[in-house]
Amino acid sequence: MTTIANEQPKARGWRHALFGRPEKPFVNPYVGGALLGVVLFLSFFLTGNGLGASGGLNRYVVFLQDLVAPEHVDRVAYLLKMAGGDKNPLDDYLVFMTLGTLMGGFFSGWLHGRLKVETNKGPNISVRTRWVMAFVGGAIMGYGARFARGCTSGQALSGGAVLSAGSWAFMFAVFAGGYALAYFVRRLWN
Amino acid sequence: MAPFPLSLTQLLGHWGAYVVYLLIGFAFGYVLEISGFAISTKLAAQFYFKEMTVLKVMFTGIIVAMVLIFAATGLGLLDYNLIWVNPTYLWPGIVGGLIMGVGFIIGGFCPGTSLVSAATLKIDGIFFALGGLFGIFLFGETVQYFEEFWNSSYYGRLTLMDWLNLPTGVVVVGVVLMALIMFWGGEQLEQMIGGKDKPQHRWGRRAAAATILAGAVLVLIIGQPTTQDKWTRLAPEKEALLAARTVQIHPGELLANLADDQVKVVMLDVRDEADYNLFHIRRARHLPLDQVQAAIPELQLEAAANTVFVVMSNDETAATAAWKLLVAESVPNVYILEGGLNNWLTVFGHDDPTLQQTPTPSGDDRLHYIFAAALGDRYAAADPDAHHYELEYTPKIKLQMKRGASGGGCG
Repeated sequence: MTTIANEQPKARGWRHALFGRPEKPFVNPYVGGALLGVVLFLSFFLTGNGLGASGGLNRYVVFLQDLVAPEHVDRVAYLLKMAGGDKNPLDDYLVFMTLGTLMGGFFSGWLHGRLKVETNKGPNISVRTRWVMAFVGGAIMGYGARFARGCTSGQALSGGAVLSAGSWAFMFAVFAGGYALAYFVRRLWN
Repeated sequence: MAPFPLSLTQLLGHWGAYVVYLLIGFAFGYVLEISGFAISTKLAAQFYFKEMTVLKVMFTGIIVAMVLIFAATGLGLLDYNLIWVNPTYLWPGIVGGLIMGVGFIIGGFCPGTSLVSAATLKIDGIFFALGGLFGIFLFGETVQYFEEFWNSSYYGRLTLMDWLNLPTGVVVVGVVLMALIMFWGGEQLEQMIGGKDKPQHRWGRRAAAATILAGAVLVLIIGQPTTQDKWTRLAPEKEALLAARTVQIHPGELLANLADDQVKVVMLDVRDEADYNLFHIRRARHLPLDQVQAAIPELQLEAAANTVFVVMSNDETAATAAWKLLVAESVPNVYILEGGLNNWLTVFGHDDPTLQQTPTPSGDDRLHYIFAAALGDRYAAADPDAHHYELEYTPKIKLQMKRGASGGGCG
């Protein structure tokens, strides 16, 4: 009997170790929000900087561009700031914060049995449509995030908590943009 | 000086500081995941009033962090000047926000949540993140065509307190009240449109709401330190620097630094307009003493690692007063021009026959020279050639690593 019990997890292997954990429900949103607030506070308290995601992604993009076309990077002012000459765009705290975000998300997903290869979508569209829309939406979002000098985390959340006037204007603009279009794309989600 | 934020690079070294950011990022990703932000349908439901998770998590996060931050600054633990407050570019922010709203409802995520989604292997999250990278790439390639708009309507470090002209505590209480009303409204909508049950744990929820509101009221009661309070706290340490004359730099050191293109020298001339018009050092900014306080947020944004601020008056009295204000508000690397403009003119103006000393020595912090006309910086002594002078002085400028914010979450 002991041998069977020992062999079974072995037979299931790494797949089971990764995906086999029992799925747990999400926490109450107010509890999640309060924890988020504490993390955000600690970030400001210890480092002086808030949370962010798009800035780190930006630097990964510029890093790739600098590998492929360094002369081009040296000609565009906006890119030059991050990767001109021998500046390494990855030598920045945001890059590490972004890496940490990926790791934290992965760890929590694994711990709570929510690590799943799946596509979340509305009931009336195909998986492929959802993928295309995710890519298109992501591109629009990425463009807008750089346009607004920050994403939902870096502008709305962080700037909102330290009461930056521009961040509050930005936050309402995001919700306005979403609600304005929501009706016309309702088939995507409902 | 308020002990936080920490000077991470000095404490832990270049890579050690990055480890702290990695851990903060880890906690951020973890919290987003346990809140369900890896699931696009959960996020998009916000825009159909079916599930207000986004609103709840985001605004709870904002108000909790806000109350903690302003309680810490009020108690003198945290220096508000040293934390990153996103500078306001009003219209680019609004246009970018609208674009992002569109991207949100089409794609189902925002950049941070898509990372967590991709990390938990959701394929739509991965596609969104890739799309996000592509959008960022596109922006980098196209921003040159509308750079003027992108840099327009710039208000600097503008806070809601400045905009509403209200004390910090009042704004904090107002924001908490607004959030609580939004939570209540959001739950009504969830029940009406989303068909959700009445929420459980009524007492727990009321207790939580009361706690956060009490925290906000406490922030209001504590208040925020004024510049005078901050100076009082610093005075013992900083008065010693003034007395030991470690922050008063010789005109020769100023000239040498002006000629050094590794260092960015910002000269602040705090005299009245009449004196400034008679004579000032070339590229010195006119910032009368009574306007120094208001200019501090602007100077904070300007302060890069290699920036040195040099304040000057005719002698040193007004300059020292300005120095105290700037130091109290944590502007880094501030120095005083030793002996003021009078000393500068003694050193660099002696072979200019048009400059004459006043026959009767005037009072404190007054110009000791007579000028025939208000020529401002059109004197040789306003822009001496650093190579002509070999002056002896003890160099005092030591660039301090800037503590705290370095550019915000999305810089």
